[in-house]
Parts: sequence; structure tokens; C-alpha cells
Amino acid sequence: MDLIISGLGKAFRLLLSLDQEVFAITWLSLQVSGLATIISLFLGISLGTTVALTTFPGRNLVVSLINTGMALPPVVVGLFVTIFLWRNGPLGFMGLLYTPAAMIIAQIVIATPIVTGISLAAMQSLPEKLRLQILALGATRLQMLWLLMREARLPLLAAVMAGFGGVISEVGASIMVGGNIKGYSRVLTTATVMETSRGNFEMAMALGIILLFFIFLINAVLSRIQQQTKVR
Amino acid sequence: MKTSSLSKIVIGLFVSLIIISGLAGLTPAAEQKTIILATTTSTQDSGLLDVLIPRFEKEQGYFVKTIAVGSGQAMSMGQKGEADVLLVHSPAAEEKFVSEGRGINRRLVMHNDFILVGPSTDPAKIKGVKTTVEAFKSIAAAGSLFLSRGDNSGTHAKEKAIWAATGLSPMKEKWYQETGLGMGQTLSVAAEKKGYTLTDRGTYLALKKNLGLEILKEGDAVLLNVYHVIEVNPTKWPKVNAPGAKAFADFMVSREVQDLMKTFGKEKYGAPLFFPDAGKKVEELGK
Amino acid sequence: MSPLPVSILTIKNLLVERGGARVLDIPAFSLSEGETLAIIGPNGAGKTTFFLALARLLDPVRGALLFKGQDVLRPELTISYRRRLAMVFQDPLLLNATVFHNVAVGLKIRHLPKQEIARRVARYADMMRIGHLLSRSAKSLSGGEAQRTNLARAFATEPELILLDEPFANLDAPSRDTLIEDLQLVLGQTGTTAIVATHDRLEALRLADRLAVMNEGHIVQTGACQEVMNHPANELVASFVGIETLFPGIVQKASGGTFTVEVAGQKIEGIGEVAVGETVICCVRPENVIISRQEAGAETSVRNNLPAMIIKIIPQGPYFKLQLDCGFFLTAYVMPQSLENLALQEGKRVNLSFKATAVHAIHRGK
Repeated sequence: MDLIISGLGKAFRLLLSLDQEVFAITWLSLQVSGLATIISLFLGISLGTTVALTTFPGRNLVVSLINTGMALPPVVVGLFVTIFLWRNGPLGFMGLLYTPAAMIIAQIVIATPIVTGISLAAMQSLPEKLRLQILALGATRLQMLWLLMREARLPLLAAVMAGFGGVISEVGASIMVGGNIKGYSRVLTTATVMETSRGNFEMAMALGIILLFFIFLINAVLSRIQQQTKVR
Repeated sequence: MKTSSLSKIVIGLFVSLIIISGLAGLTPAAEQKTIILATTTSTQDSGLLDVLIPRFEKEQGYFVKTIAVGSGQAMSMGQKGEADVLLVHSPAAEEKFVSEGRGINRRLVMHNDFILVGPSTDPAKIKGVKTTVEAFKSIAAAGSLFLSRGDNSGTHAKEKAIWAATGLSPMKEKWYQETGLGMGQTLSVAAEKKGYTLTDRGTYLALKKNLGLEILKEGDAVLLNVYHVIEVNPTKWPKVNAPGAKAFADFMVSREVQDLMKTFGKEKYGAPLFFPDAGKKVEELGK
Repeated sequence: MSPLPVSILTIKNLLVERGGARVLDIPAFSLSEGETLAIIGPNGAGKTTFFLALARLLDPVRGALLFKGQDVLRPELTISYRRRLAMVFQDPLLLNATVFHNVAVGLKIRHLPKQEIARRVARYADMMRIGHLLSRSAKSLSGGEAQRTNLARAFATEPELILLDEPFANLDAPSRDTLIEDLQLVLGQTGTTAIVATHDRLEALRLADRLAVMNEGHIVQTGACQEVMNHPANELVASFVGIETLFPGIVQKASGGTFTVEVAGQKIEGIGEVAVGETVICCVRPENVIISRQEAGAETSVRNNLPAMIIKIIPQGPYFKLQLDCGFFLTAYVMPQSLENLALQEGKRVNLSFKATAVHAIHRGK
């Protein structure tokens, strides 16, 4: 219990003293997970919407795969991405292993199925005839997609939050493909693990609290948007 | 339907900021100037590299990616050509590594030592026992709780070697517990559960005040922890940064660095954490 | 109405398939500008499919669809064609937004300027009597208000043709009533050509000039309402337009458009083109059956007079439905006043009569 309190205290001190290293780590966390989430949004919402609104042979299989993908173990993703990005692996020539770029890639692989799965459910929950009605009003395909997505904005924003949550809190893949290199690929989660393994529990707790704080902040803003777009 | 315009603007700005800075700052560094150094968590945790690496980078213009993992993983990375240079402390595995032609220029860099720590109550009564091997035997005889890292790290390798020397095999015993964790965490578990464990001096000193564990055996020759730097063989793995690896290895055994090591840790812990040994022979150490 | 009705829509040989099965097969169809056509038929008859095909939301396997003379099956015309129509489904299908936004959706899709949108929304919302609800959330509306919003949304786009697929089926009777009135008004005011699909023949009669009966993807009969209702082409149409008395008989005599059939020992006269010896189904609308006391009365012009017994009396709101047995079963409608005056009750023997002109023959196998 005192550990939590002392951790809180340390967190405050670190933030108030504008500790450079902590700031760098925090900013990198937000950059990496932020960028990964944004890219996953584009991929996930388009894929989820397409699967929801079209029929094609093998659709059931695709839906199962998407839903399975939502539960992909991040460490397994990390392992696969590592093997690809190894110097002697297929994408080794890109020199991406142990870089923040590799972390972004791994996080995209983790977040996209989550965003896809929830978007799929969101679009499927719309009344079937609504799509026809919007088309009957003379909408182009693009207009129709936009209107349907606006209609499903509540669960779609939940998809954004789920995708972001899945990657900002991720550590296994980030350590593997990022290497937790000081000042370069160290983020809040990997730093927390490192401090814990060193036995510096107070520091680990402080970093954990900072991470929680930012997760809360971002989700608070997203929640506000989500709830605000409900008509009074 | 009416999204607050302010929220939209704030989000938009934040998102653009992330994208721009992300894309700009996250491009990988130039190949020639990057070195992948595989080392162990305990080496990293001692803080020595936090002093040496920036110095090396500044002096020679390299970007060193320090990947701190368990000894086993570090050696594997070397085996697969995924690292350029290794800084490790598992002599047996290292010798095999070099004899298989996977590494070249294995050079002695420094040593520190391990210590056997435990609760001040010392239930196995190992204080005053002559050798570490005998101390281990006493712990086994008393069935006292012993924590092992169990993760193929250098520390774990040393511990296994000592058990081998006792002729005992405690791995299946109830009082022998493997944590699979790093040194700092294992020490915490030992402190929590009031058990014995083998640890490197550096990590113990760093955490000492919060632990409540005492040094119960030290100074034995068998407790020496010897560090070598090995360059990964470029003929086996053409993609390694051979010049970079050599530059780093040379740096580690240079006069300048060896002198630095003598004082590292003195201020913080009252005693240096490492003992520079470049140029010496292994057999000479500890005498 | 101009003497030569202008065809707004012409269909030739339209065939729509789904999963290999034919769901819509229309060899010929045409709709005149300004008219209101009602389509009735059982569930699964293809009414909705027909609408979807008309709006090009389903594509036919073959056939021609001409809208004001233009071939609108061409893919490049899809969007522009759809924007000349409006479709109203049974379910209001409103968006999660204000009533204003919902009514304006079609206009925003067409990129109309803001003032024009505001003007039209106000105008058509008023016409549908929801002008006071514009800032309300669509989710908070009652069923009737929601459907009015749906209609306002459709009319606001000022379509050349409006398709309504059972628009009032989900509403309670009073809401339905006022809405039908309002719809008639708006259709009249705007002069929009309309096709309305419905289950309710009363609704069809109120709204439509022409009636079409659909079954299993085919249009079985079209014509002016009275024509179809009184002279159904076959049993199915008859049951659908609400003829409850159907009986088979063998034609004994036939000449000059009149015939006599024998059924259960009785001779019934009717009008239609039939052949002697043919077995036909005769139908008589219950409205056309007259009940009188079993007495020998004055000679009347009514050709069919039969003794019968009242089997059952069923209240039907404003009137009573009587089921009678005169050798075959027959249904008649009687006003409560008459029920009382004649002291009609189950089991009583009465006389029933119906004019030959009320008897219509349906050829078997059609």
C-alpha cells in the first residue's frame, strides 16, 4: 500500500521536475501507440465495414479469422514480427529491428484486428434496410458509407478506444521488436518492466501511474466525443 | 451530430502532431553507423553501460543499440548473426561459441563477483562456512528455501556450476524455487520469502537498503563473474557490422575505459562494482 | 387528367433472379404520370422486390426499364436516376439525429445550398405536420411522427416518382387514418406520381386510381380499382380483394355475356364470358347480398333469390357479417339497424338475393 503512495509521490515529482528522460519515454509511448492506432483505424474500419456490408464466398471464415485476431497474443505477434525483421530475415534489409518503427508495425498488427472486429459488429448492428434507404435517397457509395459510419459512431469510437487501449498497454511485443533502448525505443511499458526486474519498485510504480494517467486522459477525451455526439 | 468544434480541433492538432513527428523521427538510423550490442540484463542494470556507451558514441560517431536480455538469448543472437558484438559473462558457453567459429577476438574485459545472500537469521547456518560449495551443501542439508533465477542467465549458469560441484541436483526439491525473473526481482522474492539466493554484487548493492538480506558468503574464487567481449564472426555472418564491432571491443579494453571502471560505483556504493582486467589471463584473477 | 396519359414508367420483360430462382417476372407494365397505383398481394408476392428493382437497388437479369422514355438501366445513370425517385419503407429508418437533419438528408446528399435545404425542410415538414418537431431527436418520436418524418424526407427531395412500401402497416388505426389523409393531400398538392404497396384494400381504394395485384413475382391483374375489385381474374385475386363468397358451378346456359350455373341444385345467374359445360368459380361480394324475410314478396329485378339459413353472425365494427347456408356457403354484410328490424339471429331462415350483375365468373386454371 505504501508502495502505491510512494509511487504516486514519485510520479508527481518526476512530472513536476520535468524529468527529461521520463518525458522522452512518455512522449515516445504516445507517438508510437498513437500512430499505430491511427493507422489501424484506417485499416480496421475500412476492412470491418467492407466485410459487414458485402457478401462473398468464404465470408464466414473471414469473420472467424477477424474475431480470432482480436485475441492475438501480443507476445506472439512480437515473435513473428521479430523473425521477419531480423537482419537475416525476409525484411532484414530494411534495418527496422530494434527501432520505434518496428514497435509501430507490431502494434498495428495487434490493434487492427481489434478495430476491425468491433467495426464489423458495429456496422452489422445497423438495420439492414437502412443501407437501402440511404441508397434510395440517391447517395453515392461514399456518401452511403459515411452516413452509415456516422450512424454507428458510438460503437466505432469504442473500437478506437479498444484499439488504442490494446497497444498503449502492450509490453511483450514492444520489448522484443524495440529492444527497450534507452533514449531511443524505450516506452512507458517497457521501462516499467525493466525497473521492476531491477527491483526498483517505486520507480516502476511511478511510471505505471504516469501511463495510467495518460490512458485516462486520452480515453476521457474520446469518451467525451462519443457521448457528446448523442443527440440530446 | 454536433461534435464540439473545439474537441475536433484539439484532436486534429494532436493527431497531426503525432503523425508528423512520428514519421520524421522514426526513420531507422544509417546501417554503417549502427552497432547491435547484445549483453545481459545484469550488466545493463549495473549502470556501467549508461556511462560508457554515450562516451563511445560521442567519440566514434556510432549509434549503439544495447539489447539487454538473458545470457542465453544474448548468445543466441550472436549465433544467429543478429548482433554485432557480445558483452557477456558465461565462460563455458562463450568458449563453445568461439570454438564453433561463431565469434572472434574474445577478450577479457572485467570481472565482478557474486555473493551468497540470505536472511539474517541464517537458518542453514552458512556463516563461517569455508567455501561456497560447502555453503550450498548446508542449504541443501537444511532444506532451506533457495531462490534461483532459472533463466539461463550468467548468474543462473554460475549457480548451476556450483550445484554441480556439490554433486547435488536440487532442481526437483520443494525448497528450490525458480523465479524465471531478473536479478532485482529475484532478490525481492528472496527478501519477501526469507530465502537464500546467489546474486551479483552490483544489483545487491543497488537494492540493499530495501531488502533486509545479508551477505553470507563472498570472496571465493568460484564466485568470480568474468566478462568478455566477443565480436560476431563476419565471415559466418556477412551482414554484421564488423568494423563497428571491433571499434566497440577495442573501446572496452582501452586504457581509458579500464581506468574509468576502477572508480565506477565508488561514490554510490562505497566500493567499485567492477574490476578491470584487460590484458590479463583468466587464471590470474581473484588471487 | 389529360386525355392521353403520359407514360412515366415502362417495363418490358423484366426478370429478377435471386439465388438462381426467379423472384420477379414482369412482361409488361406501365405507369402514367400523376397517377397513384396501389399494389396488393400476399407476403412474398414480390412487392418489395418490385420496388427495389424500380429504384435500381436490385439489378434485373434481363429487361428494359424506361423512365420518361430514358433507358435507366445504364450503369452511369444509376445515381442520377435514383435521385429522381423517392422510396418510403414500412420502417421509418431514421438516422440518430434531429428531425431536421433527417428530413434534410436527401437534400444534403444532393449538395443543395443551405437556404434551399432550410426552405424545403420547413415546407415539407409542415405539410406532414411535424414542423414543430424539427429540433427533436429522431429517437424520441412516436411511430406516427417517425413515419411522417420519413415521408417528409421523401417528399423534400421533390421526386418525380414516389414508391411507398406498406408505409402504414406498423401504425395503429387512428394514426394510419390521419396519415392516409395527409398523404392524399400532399400527393394531390404536389402532383407526384406514386406507387403504394399495401395489405389493406380499403387503403388501396382510398389512395389509388389503379390497382395491381401481385403474386409470386408476377403482376396477376391491373386495372381501375372498381374493375379489379368486382371482376377479379382468379381466385387468388378474389381472395385478395376481399371477396369472401366463392362457389364452383357448372355452366348450363351461356349467351351474350350472361350465363347460368348450377350449383347445389340451385340456378344462379351472372355476367361474363363462359362456355357451356365449363366449371367456373363464381364470386359475389358480401356488400351485394340482400337479406329479407322469408315471405313471398313483390317481383323484383333481382335474378337470384334463394332461401337460406343464418349460420353465424359476426360483428365487424360498424356492421355485421353473416354467414349463410343456401346449399352452398355465402357471406353477407348487414347493418345493425337491419339486424334488429328483421330480428335476425343464428338459426333463422331468411331469403337472400343478389343481382346477376353482382355475380362474376372466374375461369378455373387461370
